[in-house]
Amino acid sequence: MLKQIEGSHGVAEAVALCRPEVICAYPITPQTHIVEDLGALVKSGKIENCEYINVESEFAALSVGIGSSAAGARTYTATASQGMLFMAEAVYNASGLGLPIVMTVGNRSIGAPINIWNDQSDSMSMRDAGWIQLFVEDNQQAVDMHIQAFKIAEALSLPVMVCMDGFILTHAIEGIDVPDQKQVDKFLPPFVPRQVLDPEDPVSIGAMVGPEAFTEVRYIAHKKQKEALDLIPQINEDFKQIFGRDSGGLISTTNTEDADTVVVTLGSVIGTIEEAIDEQDEKIGALTIRSFRPFPLEQIRSALKDAKRVVVFEKCFAVGIGGIVANNVRMAMSGTNIPVYEVIAGLGGRPITRKSLHKLFKDAVKDNLEDVTFMDLNKDVVDRELEREHKLIQAGSVAENILRDGGVVNAAKTT
Amino acid sequence: MAHQQVKFYQTGTLTVGNRLLDAENRTVQGTMDRSNSLDSGHRACQGCGEALGARYAIDTAMRATDNKLIACNATGCLEVFTTPYPETSWTIPWIHSLFGNAAAIGTGVAAAMKVKGREDVRVIAQGGDGGTTDIGFGCLSGMFERNDDVLYICYDNQGYMNTGVQRSSATPGGARTATTMPVGPEPGADFDKGKNVPLIAMAHEIPYVATASIDRLHDLEAKVKKAMSIRGARYIQIFVPCPLGWGSAPAQTVNLARLAVESGIYPLFEGENGEITSTTKIRRKVPVEDYLKPQRRFAHVLKNPAQLSAVQEIADRNIRKFGLLEE
Ligand SMILES: Cc1ncc(C[n+]2csc(CCOP(=O)(O)OP(=O)(O)O)c2C)c(N)n1
Ligand code: SF4
Ligand SMILES: [Mg+2]
Repeated sequence: MLKQIEGSHGVAEAVALCRPEVICAYPITPQTHIVEDLGALVKSGKIENCEYINVESEFAALSVGIGSSAAGARTYTATASQGMLFMAEAVYNASGLGLPIVMTVGNRSIGAPINIWNDQSDSMSMRDAGWIQLFVEDNQQAVDMHIQAFKIAEALSLPVMVCMDGFILTHAIEGIDVPDQKQVDKFLPPFVPRQVLDPEDPVSIGAMVGPEAFTEVRYIAHKKQKEALDLIPQINEDFKQIFGRDSGGLISTTNTEDADTVVVTLGSVIGTIEEAIDEQDEKIGALTIRSFRPFPLEQIRSALKDAKRVVVFEKCFAVGIGGIVANNVRMAMSGTNIPVYEVIAGLGGRPITRKSLHKLFKDAVKDNLEDVTFMDLNKDVVDRELEREHKLIQAGSVAENILRDGGVVNAAKTT
Repeated sequence: MAHQQVKFYQTGTLTVGNRLLDAENRTVQGTMDRSNSLDSGHRACQGCGEALGARYAIDTAMRATDNKLIACNATGCLEVFTTPYPETSWTIPWIHSLFGNAAAIGTGVAAAMKVKGREDVRVIAQGGDGGTTDIGFGCLSGMFERNDDVLYICYDNQGYMNTGVQRSSATPGGARTATTMPVGPEPGADFDKGKNVPLIAMAHEIPYVATASIDRLHDLEAKVKKAMSIRGARYIQIFVPCPLGWGSAPAQTVNLARLAVESGIYPLFEGENGEITSTTKIRRKVPVEDYLKPQRRFAHVLKNPAQLSAVQEIADRNIRKFGLLEE
């Protein structure tokens, strides 16, 4: 049924349709609306047979989830930003224990400076934690992907993060086709855990493993993620059969075949990029990575093989080296001579404008880009702040100085 | 010829295997059909109080729940000495996740049992004092506050033993640990620091709180049994001497536990819904020196009159506060 609803609400309804048995809730913007809506759905009885737990931290949210999942309950939670870091130890633990928990990440930057707005640093901080990470483009995909996520997680006995851009998707109201319960029940069978805490058949879960087997255990985690490269498109096909909609599988492409330049990106920004491409005349294609973990090396390589250049456009970066996604894309392109440029944009919610994109495309097609570009960086402000820092030992807060310099803060206070 | 003085001290309910008691008053360990939940073959040190405490506590909980029990363990000695894969001493369903989240794991397991309609299966979360009073404290308090149906057992050996004996917030004043060395003008751990988690648990007004000691296993079993007869959040803290960390002879473990209780150092009490409901009276009061002497971690305290009287003052205050002496 087509409904005009907020992205978060759509996700809550999708999760509800998956018949979750334990939901752990902890507030953090921009994910909060999801768990709020789920709370109301459980309390009103619309989700039956579900324990909704108001925990005291994100570390507890995921820890409670680890307990409930290990005891055989279908488990869901959601987080973002600082919350993701606060639960970091449990993030690794959940995947190490092979627990098919599904978690939404309402993508948001990480502080300091504290900032509630969207970028993808939070999910990226956990890219090596052994979870499957699926990034969605719009709210229809967010809804559909959550339903697929439970199926993927339980088929592989691995946890899945569904990553959706904070505010841009979580708080956007748009038309969403919310599936009905019958369809979802047909698609998603009840959860059968691989191993479970049960007095009738006692097992010890989570014991110590030494150097004699640790490498093999870790390698199998890697192998299982590689298996997901086959499974994710398969489940997307199954989904299409029942729901008549496609969520794109591992990657999706627009005009990559005959493009000289291909922009590679993750999440909702593809909408803006496609519009900007349409507004100009160069042969530019786009590729969106849906599955960042596992990383579809082969699929990306073959989609980009005819390009003259690749521009990776990402809302995150690894301080001290540069783009994170770009690094992964370079690995897919290794052995080819196709240059891969990195563009870091949209950090902490900075708007990504068509104007800036047009300029970027113009530079890109002329190979007039640096290896790493920070889009819309105010170079003058940065230079002045660096100069201050070199002159003064007690130069004060970088963030504050930059805001004052930019004239955002009342200049009178500086004297 | 030297005679060893025979003490008829360990009689009646203090004796675990006392066959003179009637069947219903006998301990779980005194019977042949105990579950051996924590089986032999584990790697604890000789004379480990934690191994003893866990064995009695879990077997009792098993009996009380008709063997329908799941245990969630924090990282620490108990976890490490019982389970390197592929070996395990646990004959019950058991999970270890992290150091600081045992209580939350317990909450999750209990929630799963509830939705599965298996509320007959009961949940224990357990950890050392470090995993409980320090790093796991947030999860513990959350579990208490929500009154989740979990019995949390803290095995209190007064320090981070598994990592080589460092100070925790349960380490007593004066004690030598690897991070509170007996050097300088105030050797050992600081006095007037640390926290009393049983009383903090009481402040949550949860249905049941108790302290217990491995010198009186009958009492320990009775407290676990009582805890398992109640629903909601429950907390038992068991005093478990650690020969390795305390520098005591393995054969002294039970004796030290007794001396801690009989000196007033470790008050034993029960509380329900925020009120103290019973205290264990001291039978024969002993000076704290008797308790301190067999432990190398206090060797410097015995030579330091100011520290010694500070320890005695703690014991005396406990005796006053909890009314540990018969009037
Ligand atoms: C997050 C984290 N920090 C530190 C450790 C290291 N660590 C493992 S066990 C342990 C000490 C455990 O002390 P306690 O909880 O008192 O149990 P005990 O070994 O004394 O029984 C420490 C510090 C860890 N495993 N995880
Ligand atoms: S170090 Fe202490 S607590 Fe750990 S096994 Fe040895 S005696 Fe037991
Ligand atoms: Mg300890």
